[in-house]
Amino acid sequence: MSDEIPLAPLPDKPATKYSTPQAPETPPRRGFFSGAASIAIGALIGVVPTAAGLATLFDPLRRKGSGAKLLRVASLDTLPTSGEPRAFPILADYVDAWNRLPNQPIGTVYLRRLPGTDKVEAFNATCPHAGCMVSFKPERNQFQCPCHTSAFEADGSRVMPCVSPRDLDGLKCEVRKEEGQPVVYVAFENFYSGMHEKKAKA
Amino acid sequence: MRALLDWLDDRTGIRELLHEALYERIPGHARWRYVWGSTLVFAFTVQLITGVFLWMSYSPSSQTAWESVYYIQNEMWGGWLLRGIHHFMAQAMIVLLALHLLQVVIDGAYRAPREVNFWLGLILMKIVLGLSLTGYLLPWDQKGYWATRVATNLMSLVPFVGTDIQRVVVGGADYGHHTLTRFFALHAGVLPGLLIFFLVLHIAIFRRHGIHAKDPKKGVETTFWPDQVLKDSVACLAVLLVVLFFVVRPALFGAQVGEHPGHLLGAELGAPADPANQYSAARPEWYFLFLFQFLKYFPGDKEIYGALVIPGLLMLGLALMPIVGRWKLGHRFNVLYILMLLLGAGALTGVAWYDDNMARFETNVPVLATDAKRKESQGYLEAVADAEQQTHRALELASAPSGIPPAGAVSLMRRDPMTEGPRLFARYCASCHSHTNPQGVGIKAPESSAPNLYGFASRQWIARVLDPAHVGGPEMFGNTKHKEGDMVTFVRDTLAKEDKAQVAKVVAALSAEAALPEQAAADKRDAAQITEGRELVAKLSCTDCHKYNDEGSLGTAPDLTDYGSEEWLTEFISNPAHERFYGDRNDRMPAFADGDEPTRHTIWAHDLRLLVMWLRGDWYRAEGK
Ligand code: FES
Repeated sequence: MSDEIPLAPLPDKPATKYSTPQAPETPPRRGFFSGAASIAIGALIGVVPTAAGLATLFDPLRRKGSGAKLLRVASLDTLPTSGEPRAFPILADYVDAWNRLPNQPIGTVYLRRLPGTDKVEAFNATCPHAGCMVSFKPERNQFQCPCHTSAFEADGSRVMPCVSPRDLDGLKCEVRKEEGQPVVYVAFENFYSGMHEKKAKA
Repeated sequence: MRALLDWLDDRTGIRELLHEALYERIPGHARWRYVWGSTLVFAFTVQLITGVFLWMSYSPSSQTAWESVYYIQNEMWGGWLLRGIHHFMAQAMIVLLALHLLQVVIDGAYRAPREVNFWLGLILMKIVLGLSLTGYLLPWDQKGYWATRVATNLMSLVPFVGTDIQRVVVGGADYGHHTLTRFFALHAGVLPGLLIFFLVLHIAIFRRHGIHAKDPKKGVETTFWPDQVLKDSVACLAVLLVVLFFVVRPALFGAQVGEHPGHLLGAELGAPADPANQYSAARPEWYFLFLFQFLKYFPGDKEIYGALVIPGLLMLGLALMPIVGRWKLGHRFNVLYILMLLLGAGALTGVAWYDDNMARFETNVPVLATDAKRKESQGYLEAVADAEQQTHRALELASAPSGIPPAGAVSLMRRDPMTEGPRLFARYCASCHSHTNPQGVGIKAPESSAPNLYGFASRQWIARVLDPAHVGGPEMFGNTKHKEGDMVTFVRDTLAKEDKAQVAKVVAALSAEAALPEQAAADKRDAAQITEGRELVAKLSCTDCHKYNDEGSLGTAPDLTDYGSEEWLTEFISNPAHERFYGDRNDRMPAFADGDEPTRHTIWAHDLRLLVMWLRGDWYRAEGK
C-alpha cells in the first residue's frame, strides 16, 4: 500500500469559546480495587436481565413433542388391493403454544395394503432427507420428493442413487375389527430428517 | 494476545477510543451526584435486552397479544422475571429521568455551552414517555386497553388534524389488530431507534463539554475510570435491586408462590381487553396520574387546555431554561420552576390517589372529600375489586386443560357463566329478584318483589319453599301475588304438620331434579333418600296442584318434573305464563324469549343460556377448588 495519496494537512481548528477538554495524556494511578469492583458489578447487573431472557429463549427445549399416538386413520376397504399406496391426513388435537385445537391435520401418512393380504404398511409422508412431503406417482410406482429428487419404491426403500440418508419412515400400524369392519390404526410420529438413524421428535 | 490487539488497534484506533472513553477528566473527584445519566443508560440497556427477548415471544394482534403475554408470564421459563424486569425498569426509568433533570437544573448544567444538550435531554424525555405509553397497551388487557383509549382520544383534541392523527395512530376508526401492530412498531422500532439516535448525540455532546463539575476545587481531579465508573455501577446495581424487589415483592411478603410463579410475581396481567365490557377501574400508569387528575379541572370544550395547551406551555418553560438562566435571578427562577412543577405533579398525583381511595378511610379530609366524591371512590374501589376477580378468572380459564381457543381468551370470558351471569342477572332480573347469599352479599334488587334466587333449586332453596316460616316471607313469595296463595297456605297449614324427615326427603328429591353440578356428589350419596322422596311427592299431595312425572296435571302450578334443570329453567324464563309453569296464575314476570322469532326476544339465546348456567352454578372450576 505504498501508493496512498498523501492527505493535505488539516488547517488548525479556530479557537472556540468552549474547547473540548482532552483526556489526560497519562492516566492517573489506577485504583485496582475500584476497577475490579466495577467490572464485577457490571457483569452482575448485565447477567440478570440477560439470564431471564435466555431462560425464555430456551424454553422450547424443555417442551415435549406430542410423541406417538395410535390413531384411527381409515377403514381397510378404502385401500386398493393392488398394493398401491394411498395418502391419508392424520387428525389429532394440536397444541400451538397457548392454543389447543381439536382435530387438526397434523401430518400425512401413506397406507399400503400388501397385495393378497389384510396386512397394511404405513409411511410418514415426510421425506427423511430434509422434510419436504413426498407424493406417490402411480405411473412410475414410486414415491417422489419434489425437493432434491429423492425417490422411493412403493415399499419405502430408496431408489439409488438417493440423497435421502434412509428409507421412508415406516410407522407402526395395526388393523382392528370395529363392528365387524377392519379399520387401520397408525401410531403416528415425526422423525428428525437428514440422519441415518430414525430418531423420533419426542 | 498483544499482537492481536496491536493489529486491531492499527486498523481501528481502539486504544485511543477506549482511552478517551475511560479517562475523561472529572475535576473535583468522582461524585455520587453524577451517576444519574449512567443509571439511565443502564436502564435503557436493560429495556433493550429484555425487550428483544420479549419480542421473541410476543404476538401483536387482538386475538394473540394477551394470549402470548399470558404464555410468557405463566408458561415460559423465567417469563415472569423477564416481564417483571421490563415492566418495573420502565417505571424506574421515569423516576431516574426526573432525578437526572432535577440534578441538571439545580446544578445549572443547562447553561452555555450545554444548551443544546439540555434540549436533547428534553427530547429524550419525551421519547421515554412515548415508550411507556405505547408499551402500556401491548399486553392488551383491560387496564392497558381502556387507559390507552383515553390517551389516544385526547389526540383528537389537536386542532384541525386531531381526528386524522388519532385514526392514523390507532390504525382505523376502532381498536384492533392494527392498533397493536402500530403501537408495537412504535414501541419496539421507531421510538427505540429515535432514542438511540438522540442518546448518541446527547452523550457525544456531553463528552465534548465534559462533565459539569459542581465544585471543581473540592477534590483532586480524577478520571471516569475507575472511580466514577465504580460509583456509577454501584448506583446501577441499586436500581436493579429496587426493580427486582418490586418483581418478587409478593413472595417477600409471604405469598405462596407454588408451581406457577407467574400468577403472582412480576408484572400484572389483567383480564383480556373487551371493548364490550366497560372497565371503570381504568387509570393510567402512576406517573401519568397527575395529567389524568389535571384533566378533571377542564370541563367540556376546555379540555384542550388541560390536555395540550397548559402542558405544552409548561414544557416550553422547561425548554427556555437555558435562556432564562442567563439572567442573574434566572437560575433561581429555574430551580423554583422545576421544584414547583414536581411539587405540583406530586400534589396532583396525591389528590388523584386520594379521590380514588378516600372511601377506604373512616374519616376524610374535609375540603377534598364530599359525599359525591366518596360515592365515586366507593364505585372505583368496587370496580377495582371486580377487575381483580376477572383477572383471577381469566387466569383460571386460560390455564384450564382445554387451553385458549383461537378466537382468543376474551371469548373464554364471554362464554363463561361465572363472569357473564352476574351482569346478565343485574340487567334482566335484578329489578325484581335479588341474588344474595345468607350473609346478604350479592346482587340486591332495589325493591325486591320476587324470590331471592341465590342457590335456586338447591336443597337449601327448596327447603325454604317448603318451610312455613319462609314460604310467605320476603325472600320467597312474600312480595308477590302468591303471598296468600294456595302454595303458601298449603305449606303453612298442611305441610307444617308432616314429619320433618319426610319433608327433607322430598326436598332432596325435588332438588335432585335440577341435577345441579354443585350437588352432584350429594345427590349420588343420598340416592336412597331421593328415591323415597320421589314417592313422597305424591303422598304429601304436591301432585294435587303440580305435575310430577306421571302424576298430577299441568295448568295450575309449575311442573315439578326436571324442576330447575337447564332445559326447565330456560323454558321457564322464556315464558313463565306457559301452562307448564304458572299459566294464567303468573304474577308479573315477563316472557323473555317467547315465540319463534328471536329478534322479538328480550334476551338473546346465548345470554339466556349463560344466565341459566350461572343460576344453576354450572361453570368451570379449576381442580382442587
Ligand atoms: S427433502 Fe426430499 S429430497 Fe430433499
